[in-house]
Amino acid sequence: MGRLRILIVDDEEDLAFTMAERLILRGFRCEAMTNGIDALKALSEEHFDVLVLDVKMPGIDGLQMMTEIRQTHPDLPVILITGHGSAADAERGMRAGAFDYIMKPIDIERVIQMIHASTGAKKDEKP
Amino acid sequence: MSPGSLKHVIASSHHEKDARGAFRSRYRQLWLYSVCFTAFVSLTPLVIMTFVNFYQYQKTLDEEMRSQISRLTSISRRFMDDFLEEQRAALTYVVKHESYDDLCDQQKLGRIFRDMKESFGGFVDLGIIDSEGNQRSYVGPYDLAGKNYKQQEWFQEVCVRGIYVSDVFLGHRHLPHFVIAVRQHDTASGGFYILRATIDTEVLDSHFASLDLKSSSDAFLINHGGVLQTRPRHHGEVLKQCPIATPPVSSKTEVMEVTTTSGERRILGYAYVEKSPFIFVVLKRPQDTMKNWLLLKSDMLWLLATSIVLIVAVILWSSTSLVNHIRDADSRRDKAIQGVAYTNKMASIGRMAAGVAHEINNPLAIINENAGLLKDLISIEKKPLDTGRLLKIAEAIIKSVERCSTVTHRLLGFAKRMDPATERVELAPLIEEVLGFHEKEAEYRRIAVHFDVPEDPPTIESDLGQLQQVFLNIFSNALAAVDDEGRIDISLEKVDENTVAVTIRDDGSGISERDIEHIFEPFFSTKGDYGTGLGLSITYGIVENLGGRIDVRSKVGEGSAFTVRLPVRRRS
Repeated sequence: MGRLRILIVDDEEDLAFTMAERLILRGFRCEAMTNGIDALKALSEEHFDVLVLDVKMPGIDGLQMMTEIRQTHPDLPVILITGHGSAADAERGMRAGAFDYIMKPIDIERVIQMIHASTGAKKDEKP
Repeated sequence: MSPGSLKHVIASSHHEKDARGAFRSRYRQLWLYSVCFTAFVSLTPLVIMTFVNFYQYQKTLDEEMRSQISRLTSISRRFMDDFLEEQRAALTYVVKHESYDDLCDQQKLGRIFRDMKESFGGFVDLGIIDSEGNQRSYVGPYDLAGKNYKQQEWFQEVCVRGIYVSDVFLGHRHLPHFVIAVRQHDTASGGFYILRATIDTEVLDSHFASLDLKSSSDAFLINHGGVLQTRPRHHGEVLKQCPIATPPVSSKTEVMEVTTTSGERRILGYAYVEKSPFIFVVLKRPQDTMKNWLLLKSDMLWLLATSIVLIVAVILWSSTSLVNHIRDADSRRDKAIQGVAYTNKMASIGRMAAGVAHEINNPLAIINENAGLLKDLISIEKKPLDTGRLLKIAEAIIKSVERCSTVTHRLLGFAKRMDPATERVELAPLIEEVLGFHEKEAEYRRIAVHFDVPEDPPTIESDLGQLQQVFLNIFSNALAAVDDEGRIDISLEKVDENTVAVTIRDDGSGISERDIEHIFEPFFSTKGDYGTGLGLSITYGIVENLGGRIDVRSKVGEGSAFTVRLPVRRRS
């Protein structure tokens, strides 16, 4: 099994790219997108192991994306990023089939734990 | 304290003083209105009734006085009638029972004269005159034997009428007398003769004196020429002209007001005595008859004055306590409204805080990621750091911090303006600021928010903090009403010299006709458990308080438009 390929989608450009950079530093292969349309396009063209998705986004938001992805990629694990106090959004996301959710500000180690858990890899196994 | 803020404190305390002055003058006006209205309503009937009573009492007393005079006059007239009738009857009796020849006999006539004097009194002389006017016999103090009366007026009259009563004249011993003469047919000769008697008026004087009159009143006889026939108490001498004009001829007893020749007012009662030249007259001073009336009048005036004083005192007391009650109730209500307004303000701050938290979360997350990256670069890469990369991280952090501070400043600015104050308010930046609070929400929900800023955006005199709350309330309602990808238009325009209007129009669900009547009522909410039902009622209260007006037009399924009209200058 090669290195895991992660797609990060967040309308906050700085957040998405910095997060991607940090995951790359940790050995993941990572792509960052700032809107849902680009992300859906990328998903249809390339393979990703895990999708890290912001719930609140202009245009197509995280929950809308979830419904689409469930049809095209029923097995793709999705980790949701939500703002503080948006527990309701997280709950809806989980019901729609998300693997887990994490609240901003993000603890990168926790994200990695979730990625591993979602792909079934062991926590201490190198990506 | 800076000079600027000192100035602000002075200005605001001055404003407060003005407001309190206006407040007090409003209650003073209310008090004045209450006093005037109640006084008018209660005193007018009282005064009207008093004057009606005055008038009626006066009329009644006047009528009573007149009827009293009238009665007195009638009694005296009847007395005069009876008296003259008695004299006439006595003379008629004599001529009917004695023959002409007997009457012409001086001695026989003397006996008859003595009998009559004894029976009736008052007779001064007695004489018989034949149809040619010659004195045939005479008993009395004058020497009238052989005198001829044919050319005299009284003789003519007694020939025609059968009876004659003369005016009073001064006769024997300068005592006032009058004459009664009766005509009798002489069956023997077929002609007629006349029995003539002179009568002393003393008996009349004593009758009038016996009438129960006040000392200032008077009763006497005058003849048709206005000459006094009996001795009056106050109004001249017998056989002198009476000081009042001869009253108009009437067959009844009359009462009227007259003025004497010396200009005094008198109440006159009179009656023409039938078959005689006499008029019976009663004179009274109006003051005497009015004495009771004056007494009653002063009593009534006292009663009226006392009632007015009492009523006014009660009105003043009740108005004062009424206005005090209203003022207390108003201030209690104001306090309650202030409390509710405060609660609402806190609620909207709470709502905003949620938005603010979200807005701060994103930059915080970015800061967090960048700081984490920095740490990663140091701990994972373990090679000299690229300055360009570091700079990028620092810039991302600074940008995020700026975003946070914008949000916190906005929040602070809102919370700071809790105290009401009047200042110049630029509406366009104010509305933009309000829109800023919900910018993110609108963005996420893809709601198109358009704000048409006019070329010359108006500035008004108002309360910035309160206006902020007004627009925040209406705008958050609009946001709640529209669906995702909806549209909200805000326009700002100057209606006229004194008014500006801000319209917030949404294409949301609209308000039903049944609900639209109630949307400004407290505790009315269509949001179910989410709304307090206070937002719009407080908004309405604030706008009214700022001297403005808020209107709403809505159609179910098409959306609503809230228009806030505000005065350019704030009226206190």
